[in-house]
Amino acid sequence: MSARRPLPHWADVALLPVLNLLLALLISGIVIALIGQNPFDALRILVYGAFGYGEGLGFTLHFATDFVFTGLAMAFAAHAGLFNIGAEGQAYVAGLGAILVGLTLDHTSWLLVLPLAIIASSALGAFWAFIPGYLQAKRGSHVVITTIMFNFIASALMIYLLNYVLKPAGVQEPSSANVVAAGKIPQLRQFFPFFGYAPLNMTSIFAVLALIFSYVVIWHTKLGFAMRVMGLNPTASRYAGTSNSRLIMIVMAISGGFAGMLAVNEVLGVQSRIVMDFTSGYGFVGIAVALMGRNHPVGIALAAILFGALYQGGLELQFEMPAVTRDMIVVIQALVIMFTGAMEGLLRPGLENAFILFRPERKAEAVKRETVGTEG
Amino acid sequence: MGFEDIISLLAATVRLTTPLLLACLAGLFSERSGIFDIGLEGKMLAGAFGAAAVAAVTGNMWLGLLAAIALSVFMAMLHAVASITLKGNQIISGVAINFLAQGLTAVLGLAWFHQGGRTPPPPPGGRFPSITLPWADQIHGVPIIGPIYAVLISGHNLLVYIAFLAVPVTWWVLYRTRFGLRLRAVGENPKAVDTAGISVYRLRYQALLVTGVLCGFAGAYFSIAQGSGFVNNMTAGDGYIALAALIFAKWKPVPAMFATLLFGFLDALQIRLQGVPLPIIGPIPVQFIQALPYILTCVLLAGFIGKAVGPKAGGVPYTKEN
Repeated sequence: MSARRPLPHWADVALLPVLNLLLALLISGIVIALIGQNPFDALRILVYGAFGYGEGLGFTLHFATDFVFTGLAMAFAAHAGLFNIGAEGQAYVAGLGAILVGLTLDHTSWLLVLPLAIIASSALGAFWAFIPGYLQAKRGSHVVITTIMFNFIASALMIYLLNYVLKPAGVQEPSSANVVAAGKIPQLRQFFPFFGYAPLNMTSIFAVLALIFSYVVIWHTKLGFAMRVMGLNPTASRYAGTSNSRLIMIVMAISGGFAGMLAVNEVLGVQSRIVMDFTSGYGFVGIAVALMGRNHPVGIALAAILFGALYQGGLELQFEMPAVTRDMIVVIQALVIMFTGAMEGLLRPGLENAFILFRPERKAEAVKRETVGTEG
Repeated sequence: MGFEDIISLLAATVRLTTPLLLACLAGLFSERSGIFDIGLEGKMLAGAFGAAAVAAVTGNMWLGLLAAIALSVFMAMLHAVASITLKGNQIISGVAINFLAQGLTAVLGLAWFHQGGRTPPPPPGGRFPSITLPWADQIHGVPIIGPIYAVLISGHNLLVYIAFLAVPVTWWVLYRTRFGLRLRAVGENPKAVDTAGISVYRLRYQALLVTGVLCGFAGAYFSIAQGSGFVNNMTAGDGYIALAALIFAKWKPVPAMFATLLFGFLDALQIRLQGVPLPIIGPIPVQFIQALPYILTCVLLAGFIGKAVGPKAGGVPYTKEN
């Protein structure tokens, strides 16, 4: 056992996630074969649907934008040792901020609406995450459980607001009024016909900014340092003079703020109004994205594009192979979460051994170290 | 609201409480052994699908129940391998299991039955019928006691009675057997259990086995007892309510029954109150009642009304030292 050596860095951050992804795809392929379809055809359709033409690519990047936000929400909290499972609810509530800015400033310009909507929705998302943060910091309730509860509370709250407050008179389904002018965030297809009908819009710029922002905050600020210390060892962090409870609340608020931005992308970028469940489970995809992306902004960007491709390709697949619905993507997502998150121990030891075995000089070194160890 | 209405509201409460209670007791075994389990929802859903699929094909409710238990136990063992053997993160594993069940049941349901993810209603014999207890019809006319016996106590299906019977059984297992003592110990201090020469891993696997079986019962209840056939995502968050109830009950079996009865009652009330104005307060938005279990749980967790402290070793994988 003592011969176990940590993996080389590149294998840890790239090879292992890729192997776990392949394992997830392999099992999904078996499921597709079990229901009588050809998994290779499915993969071909999926990849073409996601990247093969402009509109597909536009959809892929649009979904990726959502997943960057929720992936960052998850990852940012994870660096501080917090498990924010409530991105879904935070984004849902944040929809209020997006639509209120959109409706109020509908007569102005999108240049005003976009930044203000981002601020308003992330403020609401932050608020919805701050409460569980406060409850953990000051009252000791576990943030995992409270964020789950807050997802359901958010859902009930939003259904109430959509039905009794936001719904304009004469409208049947529970939804808000439509933004018609400046409240609509311009979609890139207005400038590049290449994107067909894809809803990719200007909010994606903020996804890139959010990635850069999180990188700077996590690795190049005092706050980032303090939160990483707390994540690794809360006792040491307190000993070093950090107020852990204050830090928990700040980190949860920022995490919820990231999740909140999703609302702008969906509410003002696509729907032009709030509809029920516009978050469609994207908050939970963030869990897979953060795990797959190793909580690093670059990894999250790549993982978000991967999941964007799975979601868009999955839609295409549903057209071409009606037996393989989008639920298949949920299966892949579940397997990715399982293998990269919970069953990491499945491949890692084997991979570590492989690295020792297939590199003679490492093996010799390992043997030497072992021998020295036993002599000493 | 007359007496008969109250009785029928309470009878609905019992019916809605049953899956919550089974899932809550399932979670109790897992969490008391030190394994967080937010995958109750997924296990129930898998069970519901298994029961519906097998009962629809064979027309046999017992085979359906068996299939539900088998699938749910499979999911529980997945959780066990991830969180006990591989020492993975139990929360993440639970999340994965919920999604796996949600996705797989939808994909397989569509592929096998071609009804948009539904399974056909099971043929006669494929569903747990309601049981009329002896003399229920005869004494229905007796004031007060009659309706209580005939409507509230009699007339449910077998799984309802099993769920409520599982409460004293769980209590007995937990507090009066060697297994229960060890189970409680392993959730508080696994090292002490290990030092006493008892395998922590084995105990936790056993606990998750029980969790799987109980979730299987709950799943079967959804699709071949209360309902008739499987519908996508038919557990509709009950696994999370059960989790909330478990915290509310402070991880104890008898309080678990009262907590799930309370949440079941809120659910029944919410269905009954759709659009009905109450005296003084006026119409209450049903969404508020729907959110109440979650709000109450948060309030409780925050220590505003009592304090909920879970098993001490919960969520920490056990590593035996060399």
